[in-house]
Amino acid sequence: MRTLRYVAMVILVVVAAVSIGAPLILSASYETQFRDAPNSRPSHEHWLGTDALGRDRFSRVLHGTRISLLLAPMAASIATAFAAFIGGVGGYLGKGWERVATTTIDLVLSLPWIFLLITARALLPLNASPTITIGTTFFLLGALGWAASARVVCAHAVDLRNNDFVLQARALGVPEWRIAIRHVVPNIQPILVAQFWISVPIFILAEANLGILGLGVPEPMPSWGSLLRELEDLALVPGELWKLAALGLLVLVVSSFQLLMPRSEVRTR
Amino acid sequence: MRRKLFYHLMKIFLTALLGTVIAAVLVRLAPGFDSDAQQLDPRLSHESVEALRLRRAVNGNIMKFCIYYLAASARGEFGKSLTFNRDVRELIAERLPVTVRIVISGLAVGWFFTVMVALSAAALRFGVYDAIAGIVAGALLCIPTAALGLFFMMWRAPASVAIALVVFPHTFRYARELLVSKYETPHVMTARAKGLGPLRVLVFHVLPVCAVPLVAVAGASVTIALGAAVPVEVLCGIPGIGQLAWQAALARDLSLLVTLTMLVTILTVGANSAADLLNSSQPRATA
Repeated sequence: MRTLRYVAMVILVVVAAVSIGAPLILSASYETQFRDAPNSRPSHEHWLGTDALGRDRFSRVLHGTRISLLLAPMAASIATAFAAFIGGVGGYLGKGWERVATTTIDLVLSLPWIFLLITARALLPLNASPTITIGTTFFLLGALGWAASARVVCAHAVDLRNNDFVLQARALGVPEWRIAIRHVVPNIQPILVAQFWISVPIFILAEANLGILGLGVPEPMPSWGSLLRELEDLALVPGELWKLAALGLLVLVVSSFQLLMPRSEVRTR
Repeated sequence: MRRKLFYHLMKIFLTALLGTVIAAVLVRLAPGFDSDAQQLDPRLSHESVEALRLRRAVNGNIMKFCIYYLAASARGEFGKSLTFNRDVRELIAERLPVTVRIVISGLAVGWFFTVMVALSAAALRFGVYDAIAGIVAGALLCIPTAALGLFFMMWRAPASVAIALVVFPHTFRYARELLVSKYETPHVMTARAKGLGPLRVLVFHVLPVCAVPLVAVAGASVTIALGAAVPVEVLCGIPGIGQLAWQAALARDLSLLVTLTMLVTILTVGANSAADLLNSSQPRATA
């Protein structure tokens, strides 16, 4: 298992490095059209061929990977910040606050995530630029996907509140804010880091689902979701397996994330 | 029991309220909400335009808008869909049975796979089989639901199987861990040591203890199945409420979207509450 984890880490580092360095490696941009070669097969110039609009598929896969790998952690940061605030504060303060936090978490967990997401995504103005749309899509993912992490953080904060060292600090007359900063926050930090890493693949998959439905990152910018839309013409795929490159890379990256987290922590939504 | 029932009814009400308010606020804040194409109609008199403007002004305040929306919903008035030019209630009545059918059959198939594979993995404890089952479940977790929907569209396979494949990995891991832990409890080990057959051990000693937590997970899996229904219905061309929500999202038909969100919220919270109530009504088996 440890070897598999090392392999997963190496895969993630290599994929991240190659996708971040994409502009340095690639000669063609993700939006450059080779009008004389639409739907071409893999060649020396185009390693994964070109799409229906003549754009280099390899370049689009690398840029799409970069967008998904940069913005999914951003969404995970937003979700973790919400989880830390609601779960952490509610769990640590206890009593009524804890009840409010757990009820809010239960209510948000019961909401149909994908329905809210497509509602919120549908509200974006039609003339919004691709950059704003991407940012908003991932922000929405983060803002709606914090509840499961908050439940874990809240449970941990409740444990900490009743822990001996916190009780001793309180008995010594240490102010609450100081206990929170010096004793609680450092102990919750590993939980937050774990929740962050757990959320990243969930948001990658959520964006992919939205993208395939045409509600993700807009054209001409690529993302794994928008690249997978090409598979709608699946009748062509059996003879053109290179079209599955984006799906293969997505599955590889998400599997690597799943392998890196402890078995008991695997969570999806 | 009565208290629990009241608690769950309150939970359903509050969650539906929260879902509706969130969706209604989003609708209210949407760009272009204040404008009404009808006001531009040159055939309308000044008084008519003014009446239209006043009617929209009522919705100017978000709180007022939410209250009006909720009051109308309570009366069963969900408005008219702009995309389909039909009553929202009619559309839902038409599409809901389709979604319910594929979600129920997807859950049934998914849970059949889960119970069969988890039981055999826990009872046999055969390393290779266990590893293969784990890898298959893990791989299915890494594939976007919409991509599964695409493959099912290509293979012309039943959409309910696609939903089953989404439900299976979520429930399998939990069911497997639960069954393995129950097989290792002292009373099960004693029963085995006394020479009880595997079927007797399973039926009388393992399943009664596992039933309660598995019913709770079954309630939660309804949420997963309803979420999976959206991309599967869209890509497989099934006219259910998932496809309706997607069409409404693309056409920015926000009143339809809000009503669908409220409906699905009630369905998911209702399923979770039903599982919880079923659990609390069952006599607890002691391990």
